Amino acid sequence: MGNMKLNLKIWRQKGPNDKGQMVTYPVNNVSEDMSFLEMLDVLNDDLVRKGEDPIAFDHDCREGICGSCSLFINGEAHGPGRLITTCQLHMRKFKDGDTIHVEPWRAEAFPVIKDLATDRGAFDRIQAAGGFVSVNTSGNLVDGNAVPIPKDDADKAFDAATCIGCGACVATCVNSSAMLFVAAKVSQFALLPQGRPEAKRRVQAMVEQMDKEGFGNCSNTGACEVECPKGISLEHIARMNREYLAASVTKE
Amino acid sequence: MARSALLGSSLAKKYWMALTGLFLCIFLIAHLAGNLQLLDMSPEGQLKFNEYARFMTTFPPVKVVSYLLYASILFHAFDGFLLTIQNRKARPVKYAYEKPGANSDWYARQMALLGTLILVFLVIHMKHFWYEMHFGDLPMTVDKDGAPLKDLYTVVAAAFTQLWYVALYVVMMGVLAFHLLHGFASSFQSLGLNHPRYTPIIKNVGVFFAVIVPIFFALIPVWMFINA
Ligand code: HEM
Ligand code: SF4
Ligand code: FES
Repeated sequence: MGNMKLNLKIWRQKGPNDKGQMVTYPVNNVSEDMSFLEMLDVLNDDLVRKGEDPIAFDHDCREGICGSCSLFINGEAHGPGRLITTCQLHMRKFKDGDTIHVEPWRAEAFPVIKDLATDRGAFDRIQAAGGFVSVNTSGNLVDGNAVPIPKDDADKAFDAATCIGCGACVATCVNSSAMLFVAAKVSQFALLPQGRPEAKRRVQAMVEQMDKEGFGNCSNTGACEVECPKGISLEHIARMNREYLAASVTKE
Repeated sequence: MARSALLGSSLAKKYWMALTGLFLCIFLIAHLAGNLQLLDMSPEGQLKFNEYARFMTTFPPVKVVSYLLYASILFHAFDGFLLTIQNRKARPVKYAYEKPGANSDWYARQMALLGTLILVFLVIHMKHFWYEMHFGDLPMTVDKDGAPLKDLYTVVAAAFTQLWYVALYVVMMGVLAFHLLHGFASSFQSLGLNHPRYTPIIKNVGVFFAVIVPIFFALIPVWMFINA
């Protein structure tokens, strides 16, 4: 057990229709080696022992690869530190006696389910609208390696594909825009020959779904790129912008 | 997929924002080049400026471009308004604690505020000079051939003897500088032009443009005030 004492201000909301409010919780015995989620586990353990409702928050892999964990911590998505998710944020980033504000992702398109847990189904629907390659599954598959792909393109497509769909880009954007996420998902296919046949239809369908979900517009502030745990580049947004422009202009 | 045509979608709005914004940037250069003639306050300089003003308000090709310009300003403002409304709606519940400075520049987040200030300034500015030139009762002078010529120069010079008016111009050029500091490079990104080799150049040109153009604009009222 550690010896840090913290003052947490956490968003509590009983359900989707509850108004919700910030509630203050003092936490003792925090070790600087704990992850932020482990610190919340300690607090929840306390709350359960006292017979109170534990704080709901999303998490799964706890190693920065699934994109489940969220949390807007002290005014930043995934808290202070770059290229990390909340499960990779450690309490050594904070000092004894600190006050820490913890809020859910805030966006019309990410409604709160309970406390800090939000519904990010909007991302799934965008993905389902076109974020795939229709593969022939009849048994005569083409060996992927048989198609020559320039190394630079393969690398960029892979960089785009590292997006874990966490939604930090939306949470951090003043406009709650989902452009970085959608751009990553468009780019990972647009850069590869296998993705080209459906490229036009894909970008149009995904942007259309993005708009339908109620995300804001991109002002190119660049905040998403800074807060993205995977360092997805704004270059992908530009790629989506030109893919969409070309698709719209040449559409029949 | 009717909505995703080049009209209704979020991206389409940004293309128009960028195109009209860049057109306004080109206009700024042309406008500045004309205005710099005001620095020559001699009688010949005044005559040259007045003849230039007549040319700009009567030469048909310039008139065509100026209608395009009015349309661009109105559309840029209208489109910016639509975008801002949607952006506000996209986050109905605000964060209790925010630290936006950790990841972005304030002027990039405040484009709508800066733009609105520019719009207010444009109205004042056009009322004083553009409206007067087109519809006002201007003092008259004569051109080189002795024909009557509207004396816009005197109107401008008189306006810039007032300290508050000069101060307004200088402050508003600061506002324009911040709008351009983000807007210039942003418009290239909106149009999909981002390349590791060229984007750093675009960003540097943008900073240069955003600083130099408003400084020269602001220099004119200050110069005329000092030399009045
Ligand atoms: C000479 C005057 C102006 C110039 C040169 C100019 C230029 C620009 C440029 C280049 C952009 C970037 C577009 C992009 O991000 O793709 C921009 C954005 C913007 N402008 Fe202007 N602008 C001017 C006046 C105005 C006015 C009068 C308004 C509104 C009343 C306005 C509102 C906006 C807004 C809201 C944005 C941000 C759009 C966004 O982030 O999505 N601007 N401007
Ligand atoms: S682009 Fe980055 S911040 Fe956005 S969902 Fe993907 S990994 Fe998360
Ligand atoms: S819990 Fe999987 S990324 Fe944090």
